[in-house]
Amino acid sequence: MAVDVAPQSTAPSLRKVRLTLAMRSLRENWSLFLGTRIGIIGLVIILFYLLLAVAHPILMNTVWDERIYDPVVGYAFDETRQPAPPSRSHLLGTDPLGRDVLSQLMHSARTEFLLGLLAAVVTVTIGTTVGAIAAYYGGIIDTILMRFADLMVMMPGISILIVLSALIGVEHLELALIIGILSGFGGASILLKSQALSVVVKPYIEAARAAGGGPFHIIFIHIVPNLLPLSFLYMMFTVTGAIFSEAILSFLGLLDVRMSWGLMIHTTEAAGYLLQVGAYWWLIFPASLSITLLCTSFYLVGRAMDEIVNPRLRRQ
Amino acid sequence: MARYLISRTLQILLTLFAFICIVFFIVNAQPGDISNVYAMNPELPPDARERLQNQFGLNEPLWKQFLVYVRNVLTGSFGVSFSFYPRTVADVIMERLPRTVALFFTATVFSFYLGFLLGKIIAWRRGGWTEYATTIGGVTLYTVFTPWFALMMIWLFAFKAGWFPIGKFLDPVLWREAPIDANTLFGRMMLTALVLSIVVFVVFIITTRLRIAGARLIQLGSIVASIAVMFGVWRLTGHGKYAWDIVNHMVLPVLTLTLISFAGTMLLTRNSMLETMREDFVLAARAKGLPEKAVRDKHVARNALLPVVTSLVFSLAFAVDGGVIIESVFSWPGMGQTLVSAAITEDLPLAVGAFVFVGIFVLLAHLAVDVIYVFLDPRIRY
Repeated sequence: MAVDVAPQSTAPSLRKVRLTLAMRSLRENWSLFLGTRIGIIGLVIILFYLLLAVAHPILMNTVWDERIYDPVVGYAFDETRQPAPPSRSHLLGTDPLGRDVLSQLMHSARTEFLLGLLAAVVTVTIGTTVGAIAAYYGGIIDTILMRFADLMVMMPGISILIVLSALIGVEHLELALIIGILSGFGGASILLKSQALSVVVKPYIEAARAAGGGPFHIIFIHIVPNLLPLSFLYMMFTVTGAIFSEAILSFLGLLDVRMSWGLMIHTTEAAGYLLQVGAYWWLIFPASLSITLLCTSFYLVGRAMDEIVNPRLRRQ
Repeated sequence: MARYLISRTLQILLTLFAFICIVFFIVNAQPGDISNVYAMNPELPPDARERLQNQFGLNEPLWKQFLVYVRNVLTGSFGVSFSFYPRTVADVIMERLPRTVALFFTATVFSFYLGFLLGKIIAWRRGGWTEYATTIGGVTLYTVFTPWFALMMIWLFAFKAGWFPIGKFLDPVLWREAPIDANTLFGRMMLTALVLSIVVFVVFIITTRLRIAGARLIQLGSIVASIAVMFGVWRLTGHGKYAWDIVNHMVLPVLTLTLISFAGTMLLTRNSMLETMREDFVLAARAKGLPEKAVRDKHVARNALLPVVTSLVFSLAFAVDGGVIIESVFSWPGMGQTLVSAAITEDLPLAVGAFVFVGIFVLLAHLAVDVIYVFLDPRIRY
């Protein structure tokens, strides 16, 4: 989380100094992060799911037979009754259509990560740019952008996503873009603008302007890097929001996706196993718990970063 | 203040117009219309579909439809609902709105109370195990996969334990011979709740203002007395049984919603408390030798209230939107369900209308927050 950005220079010694500074601030922030504890719990869960996501293609290419273990079109020929309870060959059993639950779970973990990351990156890119521009120019540009942000915040999030996905076909990519645009022009830009306002009055901005830096240079070289800690923090909450929305939409069967955690529960519901919690736990718990845990972990990491980034929350 | 309010109202009207534009064009930008629902119906010849489109004005250019829509909004009817033809959108929404509002207002108030209470405590015990456990538990509930959690609640409390009904708004078997229709009764219930909360609120204000000894006792007594009076009145009308049925159906959704959303308030309160705790007046209060509890509740918590109140007002406004998920899992016939069914049946005026209603309430909440600030924080002047 290096935020120290000096005027651009190519002197090697300066670069070295900057690197040392960056490393030091990184180490400090890391120890602060460790101190929050909740962040560590979140990080461990995220790493666990990351491992699952990475392991899936490897397993598919080595141990798992594609005809049996494919998350979408596979069929467990070795089981006589579907859904089959957990066994040695299917650690989490199979779903009503005879597909391996663990394979589905691991396959979906990857899409959830990609979706969350894409939505977060889009949100933060838009939010940071809009926030910095609004704070730098002020006046009419600021008013227009911020009133537009107010409008976006007024949109009831999940409801508008449900209506949109019911009316037009939405896939993961479109969903990530819609979420990114809605929250990027909305909440993210309001938050980041308020932070940018405290950056634009700093003397180094004045200095950059005096040295002849154009608006583009000042915004992207001097203002945006100083917003990065906060935007990184905001990314975490966007990831939670994106994964959650995706789960809800595919649970309601409104997304055109082939496999996801929400869709797994949708399949369970469609086959009528939803209220047989005790007898068919493996159809309900793995996917639901995964959604919950991954959302929680990103939220916890975000909270932990808030303690570091927000100076007013630091311990005396 | 008056000048400020007038200019804010003008701004709000402008924003509302922009909001209506955006929602109308977003929702109408999709292919197809209400006649698509009948596209697969062999009984319906193509010219009948065309007639349908003509009747609803769907073959007009979009800008003409928009002008018609704006006129409908201005006359307060919000257009005609296609799937509830010939009822107007406003009529349909007015039927659904009270149910959603009752459910979500109650849950929001409960969750803010609980969240504020817990937030105070965990801010005070920063770094302890209480804080970590409460935070992790709260965040897990806050980000839980809502349909699953709601189903678990139903499974546990309604299915296994059998304490509450499984879903829906009322028990049709009980209501078969009811002398009164559910909407009228529900309206009266809401009125009762409103009167009750106003009475309690007034008593609280008076007792705290007067600073009389035993204020606590009077407050408690008045709450008990007014609840007793309420029960008595409902008993006399003879509709108590039916009202109780609706209340019974509300318990589980309200409980679920409270559990899901209290952590938001809790974490907000915590951060706000931590920021306030750095102020000098807290040090002064401690130096005076006040007990910790008094410092926490009277000095820090009151000053940390501002962002929490803001968030409460906005949550109340967004309550109009209704939780689509909670409403569909509990089969609660409110705004959320209306919105989803409107979207699925391509009843676009109803979908747009529902969004516009949410927008109106949120904008009113903006105004309310500005006014409330003046009372809560004497430093703010307009």
